[in-house]
Amino acid sequence: MVFRLKVVLWLGALAPAVWLGTAFYLDMFGTSAVGVSAFGPGLDVTGAAGAKLLTTPTLGANPIEKLTHVTGMTTLVLLLITLSVTPIRRLTGWNRVIKLRRPLGLFAFFYAFSHFSIWAGLDQTLVWSWMLEDIVERPYITLGFVGLVILIPLAITSTTGWIRRLGKRWTLLHRGIYVAATLGVIHFYWLVKADVRLPILFAVILGLLMSARVVFSLQKRRKISPSKISPSKISPKGDARPLNP
Amino acid sequence: MIIRTRKPSDVPSSEITPEDVYMNRRRFIRDASAGAAALAFAPSVLGASVLGTPERGSRQQIPARFQNMKTELDEDLNPYSDVTGYNNFYEFGTGKEDPARNAGDFKPKPWTVRVGGLVDKPGEYQLEDFIGPSNVEDRVYRMRCVEAWSVVVPWRGFPLSDVINRVEPTGDAKFVEFKTIVRPEEMPGQNTGVLDWPYTEGLRMDEAMNPLTLMTTGLYGMDLPNQNGAPLRLITPWKYGFKGVKSIVSMNFVEDMPLNTWWVQNRREYGFYANVNPEVDHPRWTQARERRLGELRRRETLMFNGYTEQVQSMYEGMDLTRWI
Repeated sequence: MVFRLKVVLWLGALAPAVWLGTAFYLDMFGTSAVGVSAFGPGLDVTGAAGAKLLTTPTLGANPIEKLTHVTGMTTLVLLLITLSVTPIRRLTGWNRVIKLRRPLGLFAFFYAFSHFSIWAGLDQTLVWSWMLEDIVERPYITLGFVGLVILIPLAITSTTGWIRRLGKRWTLLHRGIYVAATLGVIHFYWLVKADVRLPILFAVILGLLMSARVVFSLQKRRKISPSKISPSKISPKGDARPLNP
Repeated sequence: MIIRTRKPSDVPSSEITPEDVYMNRRRFIRDASAGAAALAFAPSVLGASVLGTPERGSRQQIPARFQNMKTELDEDLNPYSDVTGYNNFYEFGTGKEDPARNAGDFKPKPWTVRVGGLVDKPGEYQLEDFIGPSNVEDRVYRMRCVEAWSVVVPWRGFPLSDVINRVEPTGDAKFVEFKTIVRPEEMPGQNTGVLDWPYTEGLRMDEAMNPLTLMTTGLYGMDLPNQNGAPLRLITPWKYGFKGVKSIVSMNFVEDMPLNTWWVQNRREYGFYANVNPEVDHPRWTQARERRLGELRRRETLMFNGYTEQVQSMYEGMDLTRWI
């Protein structure tokens, strides 16, 4: 079951990257019925072409923006799915689901890093003064950047060796994902102009996932309050990995 | 020269030749020119052909005279697909590809514009009432969105001053207020509360009378597609794109500054004047640079979007950091 889920996870997590790659290829080398159009086949509009818009991958009129948005959105979705692993495990008692957490988190980092690279390389064309100005003066970019920086050590220390080496500190360090995901959602909220429905939805989901953790930790504290054992050390079925985050 | 005025003798043949005859003749030209275009515009990374069939199903072809049109700063036009496939029109959704996707059910004909307020000749005007035999022009303008992207578009329309002269505002009229039509059944975005409908915009009377200000009925020599604000929209090229209220159904001449929609939405970020100004940043992003669609490296944004000469006298003595 976990194996099958892992297959689904890989396919699902790679899908946005594959879609973007296909769109890029078609925009560059595909020819539409119209004859020539580099960016934007499928962008001839109305009627039957409307359906085509949905089905033919294209980066559209503003390819850099599309790349940025798709990778950013995917990062947030994957971060939220990563954060749902522990609540699912607690609610269902299905411990092996934890095996999905590392690949999920690493995919989230992969998209976050791509998102940053596209912004730096393509959007800002590596003009350091522009980038620095944005990171310092634009709060939403500041938050996004800090979120990415927080994720870097988490990605590096995701190996079994690092988990063993860091022990209890690993759990503490990896709580950084709470901060990174929160910054990511605010980053999204602050960049939209008026339509805040999606950022709000993400915030609500994040809020639920975080409250679940608060509830779990309160329950646990009540159960084993006399002992001084840190709850994070206990893991049913002797799983080497800590429960949180 | 910034305004490309079509000479009266330069009426496109489509306007005089019966359509079926015209179409048969054009079909040959279209097929021939598609081949020529394929050779002339080999796919490049960030360029695209200007020519092409604009709408599947419609047999119209972009007239060849748009092939080498440029702005007065020698900038190329953005392709039809950019202009009609990527824009903001929140009535059809908040994504920039939503208008092209969702505007298909909108019915821009027939069209009535209600003119009211401080005018001597108020009334319900048909769109055709404003279009005379010689006042429609093609004009190539830069369009700079407040979101820091831009395009170059060959609009078609007539000066707003023509309308104003015709309806004769009284001396008390200081502003003109425009409203977009409300048709939630055809405009799905209006079923959401993302903005306060109807979309409202306004101009000061001198801005409205400025020769650059264009009541726009078309682009690329053809009628406006629904997603671009059919059948009648405003274009003020020295202002951010959101001033360009679309699918206009009412013009009201008033004494007090109208409350424009984006100002109501967030007055800290969007003003009434909305003049393009690289020195005044949006609170959340820089306005010093912009991405011209189709280009990789960002451009420096020009004061008044490059139309300083034509408009700056209207703002003399005004603090443009305050009147955003």
